[in-house]
Amino acid sequence: MSAGKTEKSQKEHRLISERVNRLSPSGIRKFFDLLASIEGVISLGVGEPDYATPWHISEAAVQSLERGYTMYTSNSGIPELREETARYIKDKYAVEYEPYGEILMTVGVSEALDLAMRAILNPGDEVIMPDPHYVAYDSCVILAGGEPVMVPTSQENNFEVDAGDIEARITDKTRAILIGYPANPTGAVMSRDKLLAVAKVAKRHNLMVVSDEIYARLVYGVEHTCYAGLPGVKENTILLGGFSKAYAMTGWRIGYAAAPGEIIKAMTKIHQYTIMSAPTPAQVAALEALKTGEPDVLEMVEDYNRRRMIIVKGLNEIGMPCFEPRGAFYAFPSIASTGMTSEEFSEKLLMEEKVAVVPGSAFGKCGEGYVRCCYATSLADIEEALSRMKRFVKKHSK
Amino acid sequence: MLRDVLKILENDARTTTKQIATMTGTPVAEVTRLIKQAEKEKLILKYKTIVNWDRIENDQVWALIEVNVTPEPEAGFDSIAGRIAQFGQVRSLYLASGTYDLLLVVMGKSERQVADFVSENLAHIEGVKGTVTHFVLKRYKMDGEILEGGEGAKRQPVIL
Repeated sequence: MSAGKTEKSQKEHRLISERVNRLSPSGIRKFFDLLASIEGVISLGVGEPDYATPWHISEAAVQSLERGYTMYTSNSGIPELREETARYIKDKYAVEYEPYGEILMTVGVSEALDLAMRAILNPGDEVIMPDPHYVAYDSCVILAGGEPVMVPTSQENNFEVDAGDIEARITDKTRAILIGYPANPTGAVMSRDKLLAVAKVAKRHNLMVVSDEIYARLVYGVEHTCYAGLPGVKENTILLGGFSKAYAMTGWRIGYAAAPGEIIKAMTKIHQYTIMSAPTPAQVAALEALKTGEPDVLEMVEDYNRRRMIIVKGLNEIGMPCFEPRGAFYAFPSIASTGMTSEEFSEKLLMEEKVAVVPGSAFGKCGEGYVRCCYATSLADIEEALSRMKRFVKKHSK
Repeated sequence: MLRDVLKILENDARTTTKQIATMTGTPVAEVTRLIKQAEKEKLILKYKTIVNWDRIENDQVWALIEVNVTPEPEAGFDSIAGRIAQFGQVRSLYLASGTYDLLLVVMGKSERQVADFVSENLAHIEGVKGTVTHFVLKRYKMDGEILEGGEGAKRQPVIL
């Protein structure tokens, strides 16, 4: 999937910066292009809720438009939204952030992640992150002039990142640790103990920890531990969160960063020059979500959990062994029985059985041998996809 | 657990016992027992399908009928409501606060038939003081399901 690079002309290389040329083309994109051209595909590919935003949340934005609420907001975001966000983080995870100075509303967590990296990295600074990881993590580091450093994780350890493994990769260039649990693509969550161990390592080496907790609300049968809420870490933590996954608001593009004032100030500097402010109607919707959206979250989580139980059991039964994902809405089964690479598997599965999954290799070297199946889709589709994959695995098993 | 089973079935009555067992992490036998018991105790009244008849040629006429009644000294509204509920064409019946007492959802094959029900049956019941009939012109949402225009947006290719 990294083929494109060598085929590019010299001219293109001159046109495009070295930094951008270094980014690998996303392995997922190719599948969606292919997918769009085939009829009757069941997609377990897209990582977003299959719900529309609860209507009362959308309605709040509609009403704000009717009232002419169409101007920029403050660079940092609507004050009331920052206040509610601070209250929410405090209520849920017992961490206190000052709404005026320690919270910044962003265009999704994506922007917050980009800002965080640009705010803290100098050229050549290293950022340690688990492999596999969400596709933007290494790219954001590279774009900010840093160097991503991978810590392998594995199914044997439920894809939790080990503090000792992190420590072994620390050099005098290491600036930060980037973690994202519950995790995309594995669905892994980190136990409090393991996070505490990471915190110890970070403290010992004076490293910043950037914790992407966009999936915080989607956990099943376990409690989410907010990294920033661990004792004594807040001063060296950038907490990233958002509304997309919990409230089914992916298209609204609202996220936030919470961090010590100096860091938020630096991030806001970049934000004000590149983004100005997050879209106003979307901020209004996010505010409504925080105020009245809790029952919706609980209902959706309950529903995701039922589908999670079905897909995990199903995958294990059809010869795609899968550890139990306790968070997000992904299952990350092994495809070892087929002997194929994850890219081969995904492409063949799409062509032969019209089921779309994402090759694990798109998320890093350690994702090889796995595929990501998003179960935020109808139960009927999950069942049908399972029966198609069963046929496929049986046919191709070595 | 019972609540979970009921919620799953309420959302989709065709969910199999095996699926419910997997979803809730409960043995199949236990789910079967819970459902049987719920049926027996009339917690589950019936398994039905929501059909959008408006899209198929049909001879259904629906009306909402407000009824004012004189409550009985002993039985209040219950006995008169119980009588009205016996009629097959009464699909739903509620005691409501506000300007009337009972609200009926009535189905007939024609407006004539609904009118006959009001004048021949309903009006003759002792205690019924008056009725107001509203014929349904169009249905937009039924039992939580939006009937038309619910196609919704499709997911677009995105990298994540």
